[in-house]
Amino acid sequence: MIYTHNKRKGNMMNNLLTGKVCIVTGSARGIGKEIAVLFAEEGAEVVVNDAQVGSADKWIEGHPLKKHLYPYYFDITDPSAVRTNVMAVKNQFGHIDVLVNNAGIEFNELIGMISRESMEKMFDVNVFGTVEMLQTVSRVMARNENGGSIINISSMVGVRGNRGQLVYSATKGAVIALTKSAAKELASKKIRVNSIAPGITQTAMMEQADIEKLQGRINNICMGRIAQPRDIAGGCLLLASDYASYISGQVLPVDGCTIM
Amino acid sequence: MTKKEKYCGIFKEIFNVDEEALDENFNFKDVGNWDSLTHLSLITALEDEFGVMFETDDILYFGGFLNGMKILGRYGVDFSE
Repeated sequence: MIYTHNKRKGNMMNNLLTGKVCIVTGSARGIGKEIAVLFAEEGAEVVVNDAQVGSADKWIEGHPLKKHLYPYYFDITDPSAVRTNVMAVKNQFGHIDVLVNNAGIEFNELIGMISRESMEKMFDVNVFGTVEMLQTVSRVMARNENGGSIINISSMVGVRGNRGQLVYSATKGAVIALTKSAAKELASKKIRVNSIAPGITQTAMMEQADIEKLQGRINNICMGRIAQPRDIAGGCLLLASDYASYISGQVLPVDGCTIM
Repeated sequence: MTKKEKYCGIFKEIFNVDEEALDENFNFKDVGNWDSLTHLSLITALEDEFGVMFETDDILYFGGFLNGMKILGRYGVDFSE
């Protein structure tokens, strides 16, 4: 691998995304934030999207790469807002090269306690919002000579299922299925569509988890630790970069080799 | 160049026709080479020229030369300019 000096970070990085314009949904915090930061470190101009207005302002303002991080606050479940903002991004940069559909919500409920309201909310954001973004951004990417890369964040529970996560796993299973279909339909436009399926990942929500139960789950991870958001971001970087130019329609587990 | 001239120019280039052909009869059903590929090329060219992004329904029902002007009018494109 060829390493070059990265002007942005000041250390040895690969500049894997230099010249690329990337949108990361749900990136005000957690995994999405880490993806946005890593992409900026690798040379990209990054659109930091979140539904909550102002939610990324503070950390972007304090970040050394703030000139390459652009907050765009809109709700991905609102078709009009998606269209308006995607067009605004296109007008600002002239092109869009990478979309990471990271925004998602999760309510864990046992089968007898699933509410219609939480079910609709999860499908609205995790599936319909993802499709809305994919549909709109792919139209812009189709204009690029070299297409683009769309990365949908799913989950290992979408592959394997999990107790207490019937609806959440169904939404993530849908994300995996739509990834494979979109890849087939968009291949002729040189648009690659892949999915990252994280295993159990360290986030703010995780800090409230029952330590004993958590340890039990860690025991099933061959690498002996839960994922850090940076691990998930690394998988996204691979799929966003030109090194993955012949990879499409795939689901990449980033789970430290978990035995479920 | 007026907006109407730009609009006509896109149709002329994509469908390879003279301006005289562009009237109320120039529509999806009656134009031989208006297929899914030329339709998407038309939509993309119009979006780029006029700086708009069509709603899905407008793409589906963008079926004719005159109707297209009405649809673009809803996006704020004023053809009297």
